[in-house]
Amino acid sequence: MRRFLPWLGASIFLVVFFFYPLLRILWLGLDWSGLEGNWDQVARLAGTTLWFTFYQAILSTLLTLLVGLPGAYLFAHYDFAGKKLVKALTAVPFMLPTVVVAAGFNALLGSRGWVNVVLMNLFHLETAPILFVNTMSAILLAHVFYNTTIVLRLVGNAWMRLDPRLGQAARMLGSKPGEVFWKVSLPLLRPAILAAGLLVFLFDFTSFGVILLLGGPHFATLEVEIFIQSMQMLNLPVAALLSILQLLCTLVFSVLYSRVVGRVNVPSTPFMNPMRKVNTWPARIFVSGMLILLISLFILPMAALPLRSFASLDPAMGQRTVFTAHLTLDYYRELFINRSGSLFYVPPIQALVNSLSYAGMTVLISLALGFPVASALVRPGRVERALDPFLMLPLGASAVTLGLGYIISFNQSPLNFLTSSWLVPLAHSTIALPFVIRSLQPALAAIPDDYRKAAAVLGAPPLRAWFAVNWPLVGRATLAAGTFAFTVSLGEFGATSILARPESPTLPLAIYRFLSQPGGLNYGQAMAMASLLMLVATLAILLIERMRLPGSGSF
Amino acid sequence: MKRLYLITLLIASLVAACSGVQPASHSDSLTVMTHDSFEVSADLVSTFEQANNVKLVFLKSGDAGAALNKAILSKDAPLADVFYGVDNTFLSRALAADIFEPYNSSDLKTIPAEFQLDQGNNLLPVDYGDVCINFDKAYFFEHNLPVPQTLEDLLKPDYKGLLVMENPATSSPGLAFLLATIAHFGKENYLDYWQGLSSNGLVVVGDWSTAYYTNFSASSGHGSQPLVVSYASSPAAEVIYAETKLTEAPTGSLTGPGNCFRQIEFVGILKGTQQRQLAEKFVDFMLGVQFQQDMPLQMFVYPVNPQAKLPPEFVQYAQVSEQPANLTPSDIASHRDDWIAAWTDVVLH
Repeated sequence: MRRFLPWLGASIFLVVFFFYPLLRILWLGLDWSGLEGNWDQVARLAGTTLWFTFYQAILSTLLTLLVGLPGAYLFAHYDFAGKKLVKALTAVPFMLPTVVVAAGFNALLGSRGWVNVVLMNLFHLETAPILFVNTMSAILLAHVFYNTTIVLRLVGNAWMRLDPRLGQAARMLGSKPGEVFWKVSLPLLRPAILAAGLLVFLFDFTSFGVILLLGGPHFATLEVEIFIQSMQMLNLPVAALLSILQLLCTLVFSVLYSRVVGRVNVPSTPFMNPMRKVNTWPARIFVSGMLILLISLFILPMAALPLRSFASLDPAMGQRTVFTAHLTLDYYRELFINRSGSLFYVPPIQALVNSLSYAGMTVLISLALGFPVASALVRPGRVERALDPFLMLPLGASAVTLGLGYIISFNQSPLNFLTSSWLVPLAHSTIALPFVIRSLQPALAAIPDDYRKAAAVLGAPPLRAWFAVNWPLVGRATLAAGTFAFTVSLGEFGATSILARPESPTLPLAIYRFLSQPGGLNYGQAMAMASLLMLVATLAILLIERMRLPGSGSF
Repeated sequence: MKRLYLITLLIASLVAACSGVQPASHSDSLTVMTHDSFEVSADLVSTFEQANNVKLVFLKSGDAGAALNKAILSKDAPLADVFYGVDNTFLSRALAADIFEPYNSSDLKTIPAEFQLDQGNNLLPVDYGDVCINFDKAYFFEHNLPVPQTLEDLLKPDYKGLLVMENPATSSPGLAFLLATIAHFGKENYLDYWQGLSSNGLVVVGDWSTAYYTNFSASSGHGSQPLVVSYASSPAAEVIYAETKLTEAPTGSLTGPGNCFRQIEFVGILKGTQQRQLAEKFVDFMLGVQFQQDMPLQMFVYPVNPQAKLPPEFVQYAQVSEQPANLTPSDIASHRDDWIAAWTDVVLH
């Protein structure tokens, strides 16, 4: 019984807010008679969609690791000016709704984006040399843009905690630096890399907005197809079938992951690895190369939006090809005016407050539920091994399906809280929970048992030993987990658009509202709102990372 | 460790307790389920609330398809008393799902018969809007190119690569435009037309926002296509929400005969409502002159009530299709999926 205790909170939570609504909608949708007669067609649809879903997810994950791993090394080992800011900025994409990201990429790489305009002027070209929007590269680049932060944070934290004495010992025994990396560091980092890889893969596997808006109509993942079948064709049986397929795949990945990671305890050190100064030429080349890569990948596409939010691009009278750009605060001013007297107008500060309070509640809920589970997973018994893969399922569930599940499950007593403002953070917590657990678990597992035993031998009661030994070591990981929960909530769009009350929208919803009506002012206000979201996201992350949990910053 | 866990449980149960606390469903509140694009003046709503001593609660539930889907799924325990936002492409599906109660509003007398598509009055017309191609006036002027007038014109090499549209499988204006071509060219020939458009450089994107703000050259996104599938009222919105005051719309709509598809939106009382009388009053309110006059500037749609006066911006800048394409709701309902699939095969594969 004691073994089940840590699982109690999270299990009840997931059963009520994930499995119950999901099973209800799938049960309702699974009407085999509706499928009879066109099995061939359905099988073909499922086959091609599944293939593409896998193909793009594998490619995207590999590319994300390719950028993320050197990035993680950079942040874990080097000190340089502006490091905190760059690190915070790499997490911002994770919080941006796809409509905004699409606009940013377009301003940079679209047919009239900066890059194409510069190239056309340089080489006197008639047409844009780079075709970006609606291509496979757009999907891949956007996935890297969104998810690299997962690798940077999970692997970076593990790398920082890696006991330097192991590498030093290998060097003393005659290994070359390269050998140390391949034979010592990499195997020790494997759990963190796999955990990050799994999370990135699941995000790419269930990708929706990026495929729809940047990939265009030529590409469809399972999630996109589920949306088309359930919302546009109102064909619930096929949608349910595809949802089950997606869930099964997620379960298989999670089981594989648990098997591969198994019981690895990575020795770690309570001493932070000393940061290196950038004072040798190889280090200079590496650091500046990585920084150029990170800035052009993460910061340039985002920079376009704040720039646009301060610029009015009106054509000079009668000459549409000549634009006079002038600086303006009009869009920001306009945000505070309810010009049409609409009932649903929300002042930007209110949208901001809504977003932040949902995100705050998500952090509390998911940390409270995730911590005991992550601790239990450190020394997994039969219970842990059996339940572990199910924890990842919320990442593989289709947001559309789950949203419909909420509608039919929470509309009558005793579970009548469809109109409750708690529903949004609860839904966000189902997505944040796997993140929290996956980022806490490697850190908790890395604490050598000897330390706690030593404390016990010295006479500390278990609780005191835990706070004196374990807590300082997991403080950083707790912050990382909290940051993930915060970012998941701040940027979530799919579930929020279904569950949030119209009078209390989040920032992404408010941005979307502006972008669904024509007119320059609406577009400008969307850009202004997006800039506001970016600013808040950056500040929040800087603040969280600066925070020192009580007792954890003593060395 | 144990104490930490107790704290956890405490927080969790607190959360559970709080989420159970409900704004009790007052007998004097009326819930209206609708789609994301629904807008209304705050003044009007409070006038209705005061006159009827009722609190109006709006549930926005995704786009038109998603909202209807939710209404159908929750029919055993309805989430709302009134549903607004079924359009004529979904009308037959909605009626087949049997989620509405008929209501013979006396206001229907003033509304032209062409809008009353449901003879049983389960669904009553509220507004309409035409999905048409919008064009960038300056582009055609600068390039010395005549503005295309008909759907057939778009096949000419002059217009190669100039049109962007939304995917009919994921976007309602995209579907509406596909339906316009089916009505215009006939069920036998429409695919030939799409074959032609496709080889003439048609650009397809996922949703309206991308088509309008990323691809369309006359919008703030300054994209590369001067023709976009949007609404006949979009030019008016360009003037009203212009960055600097405009005296002329930067865009126009191709409203020639057969170019556009007319979307008509309906309201209905949901089966099982405990508030039948209030629901009737709300439907009358939506069909009444005040609300009908409010709609154009809130949602950029046209009132079905001929007594409603249009705002001057609409009279001046918005256009109405001369002869919108016509398909019956039952025809659309029975072929919708096949048409989309066939279109996808020809244009996207």
